[in-house]
Order: sequence, then structure tokens, then C-alpha cells
Amino acid sequence: MSAIINVQNLSKTYDSGFQALRDVSLEIQRGEIFALLGPNGAGKTTMISIICGIVNPSSGVITADGHDIIRDFRAARSKIGLVPQELCTDGFESVISTVNFSRGLFGRAPNKAYIEQILRQLSLWDKRDSRIMELSGGMKRRVMIAKALSHEPEILFLDEPTAGVDVELRRDMWEMVRGLRERGVTIILTTHYIEEAEEMADRIGVISRGELILVEEKSALMDKLGQKQLRLQLQKPLLALPAELKDYPLSLTDDGLELIYHFDTQGDQTGIADLFRRLDEHGIDYKDLRSKQRSLEEIFVSLVTERASADTEAAR
Amino acid sequence: MNFHAIKAIYKFELHRTWRTIMQSIASPVISTSLYFVVFGSAIGSRMVEIDGVSYAAFIIPGLVMLALLTESISNASFGIYFPKYNGTIYEILSAPISMREIVLGYVGAATTKSVIVGSIILLTANLFVDYHVAHPFWMVTFLILTAATFSLFGFIIGIWADGFEKLQVVPMLIVTPLTFLGGSFYSISMLPPLWQSITLANPVVYLISAFRWSFYGVADVNVGLSVAMILVFLGLCLTGIYWIFRTGYRLKT
Repeated sequence: MSAIINVQNLSKTYDSGFQALRDVSLEIQRGEIFALLGPNGAGKTTMISIICGIVNPSSGVITADGHDIIRDFRAARSKIGLVPQELCTDGFESVISTVNFSRGLFGRAPNKAYIEQILRQLSLWDKRDSRIMELSGGMKRRVMIAKALSHEPEILFLDEPTAGVDVELRRDMWEMVRGLRERGVTIILTTHYIEEAEEMADRIGVISRGELILVEEKSALMDKLGQKQLRLQLQKPLLALPAELKDYPLSLTDDGLELIYHFDTQGDQTGIADLFRRLDEHGIDYKDLRSKQRSLEEIFVSLVTERASADTEAAR
Repeated sequence: MNFHAIKAIYKFELHRTWRTIMQSIASPVISTSLYFVVFGSAIGSRMVEIDGVSYAAFIIPGLVMLALLTESISNASFGIYFPKYNGTIYEILSAPISMREIVLGYVGAATTKSVIVGSIILLTANLFVDYHVAHPFWMVTFLILTAATFSLFGFIIGIWADGFEKLQVVPMLIVTPLTFLGGSFYSISMLPPLWQSITLANPVVYLISAFRWSFYGVADVNVGLSVAMILVFLGLCLTGIYWIFRTGYRLKT
């Protein structure tokens, strides 16, 4: 895959002095779904806004499909669609007229068939003549997506696309995003729902305090940082861990009915077979067992927390 | 040139006018017609002629200009302010569209609306007052040029404003008083010499004088000077807009 978006040494300092981005470099591959994760104020929206032309960069170079976003802004922007975080719509306009407006704005000739196709895909066709102000929040979010897709972009930015929408609509949107990817559209999404990134993304980027602290294939990230847990449900409760088992990465739940063993899937030995032998030697019987991988959310929280601690330490 | 974008903005803005036709067109036409009834028919019949023109006919160019300036500023300022207010400006800023095209779309639509309002007022005036147009070509030229210039000015106000109150401040507290004191209802030759000199600092004097000349062939100031003043103001507005887009003032952070 080749890079469709190339961000080099991007920095942004607002007039207030707040440094939102610090020397960020990133390549987004053509046709992938890239999830940009980060806590509030990390710089996700600033980065998207700069790439789309809404915010001026302080320094750095960005290209979209090979076109510099400043010197060759027409070619660059015509490739990009944006669904912003906020529900920004002209409430007095009808659904179809606002979508047609967006298509025209991006320099495309009217295409009734294509607009109908988008509105049908997003279940908006029946509402095409309704004023936007009459729609529910979820339907307004669909209108925003329809507007972003109206000019047939090759790159789609989704800034918190499912914020405030119900579970059903979220699942619909995930389906729609996958469908777009199958058609070759590159998708960059920011989200607070880590589950969303875990479900859809090919690659994950984590941004914290304006710095890109990690970019990794999702599966590799999960393998590398995704420690596993083995939970053993005991036949009889234990009052405490036997001293002979203290060297194992084991913990006992408060009720003494469950033993939790942490292991690394990347290690040469997981130590599970050895653990079972030792439990048998000590007459500790179990009636059930299950293993669980550390979720992306847990990985994300630990990454951001570690980073924040490191920054605090460095500041001392 | 992104013609589809210019057309999209232009159509969107005109559509907004038809959606709010009472406010956009009916209101200025009715309020100006009331001036014709009160100052033209009722009071005007007791006034003497000015420069050989009946008072009722004399005030027509000034009243059209009053409506034209107010509507041009109001239409253009609201047109660009509203997307800033409701957040839809993101779409304009992220579209493959240049400064020139954005201005053409918004200012073109505001100018069109103002010229429509001015034309309706002129037609309505015909119901109350007999008047003639000595230089139709120049009348139309001044009408369009003034509407375009003040629409550009309104566009700047719309970008500058960060609240609805500021949108109203310039038209209400500056433009309307300048228009009333710019010879809408009188010839500046009727003022004492000192006030005549002071009045010449009012740019609206030149607009009204030139526009009245196109009707009756009489002017308070030289027509060439009036045209130069309009073009200077047009140049200032274009420079202001160029600076706004170059720096991103109140549009981009």
C-alpha cells in the first residue's frame, strides 16, 4: 500500500500559546481504516482540521494523494471528505438541498443518481425533503456523513462519528464504513469508543499531549501489548496464595474463589503448564477456566497514563 | 475557477432570501413606500421644488440608496456570519474553493438581492410619484456598483462580527445616520457653508449625488468625483477582504 496522506513534522501553537501538536509525522496508507486515539485535548481534532484546511499549521508539510494541502489546495481538498465532531448543519435547509450544496461546493456537477444512492444507503431518502431541524440527532449525524460523501472523496475523516448515537445506529455506521473501505476509500477516524477502533481499524495511532506516541497495526499492537489473563474458578475458596506460588504472576480475588494468572503471549513460555502442575501438587482444584486478552482500551489507558507519568517526571 | 462552488453558494443565499421573503424583500419595500407616502405625498406637496425637481421626486434616489446600502450590508454580513454562528463554515473552509470564489458567491448573491429590492422600490415609487430617469445606463451602473461595494463592506462586517449585536452596530449606528445626513431628503446646497464643507466628509453624499444625477441631471458634487469616491471605497473593501483571507482573520485559527 502507498501513503495517501503524508504528515511531516507538523506542529501547531495557537495564539493563546497552547501547543496542540508537537512535531507530528504520520503516514496514512491508501485504503486503510486508521483510528486516531487520544484523550480530550490531545490534538486529534487539531490535526484533522489542519489536514482539511480549517486550521493553519504553525510548521510542517502535509500532502493528500501527493498534493500539498496549501500550495495545491484545490486538488488536495477535492480528495477529502470531513464529518466533524459537532453537529453543524443549517437547520432550515432540507436534507437533499444541503447535500447537493456540499457536492457543488466541492466542485462536482449535480448527480441526482449518486445523491439518491447515498441518501438511500444512509436511510435518509424518505427524509430528503425534511428540514434538518426536524430530524433526530442520529439522523443529523447521517446527514453530516451524506454531505461528506457527496463529492465522492477518496479520503474520509470521521471525527467522533458515533458520539451520542444509539447502539443500532453505531452498528449501521460501522457497516457503512466497512463498505466504503471496500470501495477503496481511506478512512481516518477519531473516537472515544475504543471498542469502535478495536472493531474496525487496521492501524491505530495514539496521540497524547500533541505528540504521536504510537502507530501500530492493530493486531500487532494487541499481540505486543495485549497481555492475557487466565482466570481459574476454584472448587474451594483460598484464604491466601500459598507461599510456594508467590513467584508466579498470580492474584487471588477478594472472595478467594478465583485465581488470576497474567501471561505474555509474546514470551517463549507462557508458564501455564508449569502452573497447572504446581496447583496440582498443592491440591488446588478448579472447576472452570477462561482466558481473556487485555482490551485495546486497557492498552490505551496504560499507554496514556505511562506517558503522562513520564512527562510529569521529566518536568520535575 | 470552481464555478460549481460559486453557483452553490449563490443559489444557497438566494434560496435563503425566498425562504425569508417577508424580511428580505417585503419589509424594506414597505418601509420605503411609507417614506414616499409621508414625505412624498403628504408633506412633499407643501414643499418647494429643489433644483427644478418636485420634492417627492427629489427624495426617490436618496430613499433607494438608503434601502440599497442597508440591504447590501445586511444581506452580505448575515450571509457569511450565519455559517460562522452555526458552525457550517467548516465546510466552506475545507472545500476546494478560493477566496475570490467565496466572495463571488456571497457578495454576488447579496448584490443581486439588493438590486432586486432597489428595483422593486423604484417601481413602487412610480405608484406614488411621477419621476423620470435621465441617464438609465448610469442609473443601473450606480445601482449595481453601490450594491456590490456595500455588499463587500457587509461581508467584512459579517466576518468581523462575533455576535448578532455587532452585525447591527455598523448599519444602525453608522450607515443609516450617514445616509440621512448625506442628502437623502435635501440638497446639501441648502445647508450653511460650514456644514456643506463638513458634509463632504460623508462618503454617502457622493453616492446619493451621483445616483440623483442619473435621474434628473443635477448633482450636489461633481459626478466624476462621486464615481472616484465609489471606486476608492470599492478598492478599500477589496483590500480588506484580501487581508482577511490572507491572514484568516476570524475565520481560521
